[in-house]
Amino acid sequence: MQMPVIDMQGIWSQYREVVIHKDLSFQVQPGEVVSLVGGSGSGKTTLLREILGLLRPTRGSVRLFGTDLHDPDPIRQRDIRRRLGMLFQQGALFSALSVYDNIAFPLRELRFLDEDWIRELVLLKLAMVELEPKHAALMPAELSGGMIKRVALARALALEPELLLLDEPTAGLDPVRSQNFVQLIKELQRAIGFTVVLVTHDIDTIYGLGSDVAVLAEQRILIQGSLDQVVALDHPVIHQFFENHRNRSAA
Amino acid sequence: MGTPLLVQNAGEVSLSGTWTLVSLMASDQDPRRALAALGQVQGWNLLGVERLDSAAAVLLWRTWGRRWPERLEISPTLRATLERVADLPPEPPAVRDYRDSLVGRVGRLTLSILRNMLGLVELYGRLVLDLFFLCRHPRDIPWKEFSANLYKAGAQALPVSALVGFLIGITISYLSALQLKTYGADLFIVNILGISIIRELGPVLVAVLVAGRSGSAMTAQIGVMRVTEEIDALSTLGVSRTIRVVLPKVAALTVAMPLLVVWSSASALLGGALAAFWQLDFSFNYFFSMLPKAVPIANLWIGLAKGAVFGFLIALLACQFGLHVRPNTESLSMRTTASVVTAITLVIIVDAVFAIFTRNLGMPS
Ligand SMILES: Nc1ncnc2c1ncn2[C@@H]1O[C@H](COP(=O)(O)OP(=O)(O)OP(=O)(O)O)[C@@H](O)[C@H]1O
Ligand SMILES: [Mg+2]
Repeated sequence: MQMPVIDMQGIWSQYREVVIHKDLSFQVQPGEVVSLVGGSGSGKTTLLREILGLLRPTRGSVRLFGTDLHDPDPIRQRDIRRRLGMLFQQGALFSALSVYDNIAFPLRELRFLDEDWIRELVLLKLAMVELEPKHAALMPAELSGGMIKRVALARALALEPELLLLDEPTAGLDPVRSQNFVQLIKELQRAIGFTVVLVTHDIDTIYGLGSDVAVLAEQRILIQGSLDQVVALDHPVIHQFFENHRNRSAA
Repeated sequence: MGTPLLVQNAGEVSLSGTWTLVSLMASDQDPRRALAALGQVQGWNLLGVERLDSAAAVLLWRTWGRRWPERLEISPTLRATLERVADLPPEPPAVRDYRDSLVGRVGRLTLSILRNMLGLVELYGRLVLDLFFLCRHPRDIPWKEFSANLYKAGAQALPVSALVGFLIGITISYLSALQLKTYGADLFIVNILGISIIRELGPVLVAVLVAGRSGSAMTAQIGVMRVTEEIDALSTLGVSRTIRVVLPKVAALTVAMPLLVVWSSASALLGGALAAFWQLDFSFNYFFSMLPKAVPIANLWIGLAKGAVFGFLIALLACQFGLHVRPNTESLSMRTTASVVTAITLVIIVDAVFAIFTRNLGMPS
């Protein structure tokens, strides 16, 4: 049995008195792609922030790649973080840097690659998210909503990390681009075998990825399994979420 | 975690293992050097490669001289990764130049100064028009915002302005007393302290303090509202940004500053009296009964007027700089700095103008 990439056990989280997660457990194996779904405000972003170590759960343990995230050694902390990539829901681009420098930032931080190499990688990432080379000079404030998403995705992909966390990657993209995004993730997944956890409200994305689904409801992971397994579960949240999907398959 | 492996065998190079950025960095013998050191190569065999990421693909592509080698054995998945590199558009990415030539910088600075002056006049005009509007529609007067600003910029500044005034009062009084004693002119300590503090030091000191404290806060607040498009949201809701955001700040600071000046001057005089008591054995009673005779009342009016004008200027500048923040963090920090520096400079200039126009007023005859 391989060691899980993400191993969360008995997680309790709360913002002041409001409990968001109650004794939640969540595991992701290497190479898995898991879509995390759940109603708005159910605590999906909070869960991702806990995986990243940006937020500490009130109780419970989070282990990434088998090590405790809150390792006191800064070098080990940095090494773990370098194996992660995160796409934030609002993009979180560095507003003072151009698109090019935003994507080059994580690459430069390694102090390993030369500028030529970096330039080609940035071009490659831009092409992956369907941006043109001429967009590289724009500042984040000069981008459209969907472009911000795509640049943020390019930055998250910059290191092609072992674990990729995506918070609503397809929200704000047109349907064709969403499809291409699904294609991209699948191709990359085949080539480098990374692990992906993505939050999404888009059934087509889940369907396209053919990934496992984890449903966050009632302050815990209600069920985690293949799409068919999840849809088969008789629960109001699942009825609600997959209603359209069912109607469509029925039609 | 695997390592990148490279074997050269009779002109054919076989790669195997994990070819990713992480494994390249972790590898002991630098695969970059190994690739560069390869001589004549007839064929490439990549069938043993388990993982190939973009960084390694770019490295290989560069090693191959940016074209497919004649003999290449590779799995379809890896070929797809390499094809993405091969399909890159030849044009380089557009690069943003953050630098600026000297001429460009001087020109831009001049233009921005002119633009800011124009903006100030415009904002001032806007405020006057808003005042007319509010006279006709008193229900729209933003009382709540006004009182909130009065509290933040005025009431909350009381402790620090008292402390600073008190300490400055002690220092000036102490140093002057040392000098005056040698001339036997002890009595003049009241004149020196009274005039300098009430007329000059109090207003300027408080202006510098308030510019650093409230001016920067106002610029930063309005600036962040610009960055997060809150200002646009306000306009969309039909709320005038000048009436709701700028006017309360300007009005509050114009009202609060003279009060702060009186407060701070009073505490400076108290400090001065204390030092005079220690150094020159002046009783408090004597000090404060001498004060009205030594300092004509006009000085107090001048100090108050200065306070109101300085407060107005600081708030107006802060709002003007805040409203023109461009939506990025760099611009926000630059504008906040510029707001404080400009406000303090302008206060000192205006203070000099005051000194010229009031030179015949308030001097003891
Ligand atoms: N910083 C915070 N302080 C207090 N409460 C918060 C904070 N961040 C989130 N919450 C609350 O936690 C709950 C979960 O928020 P979270 O952002 O994780 O939701 P989500 O599942 O990502 O929703 P969405 O799909 O809308 O993005 C919400 O009810 C929210 O009000
Ligand atoms: Mg969210």
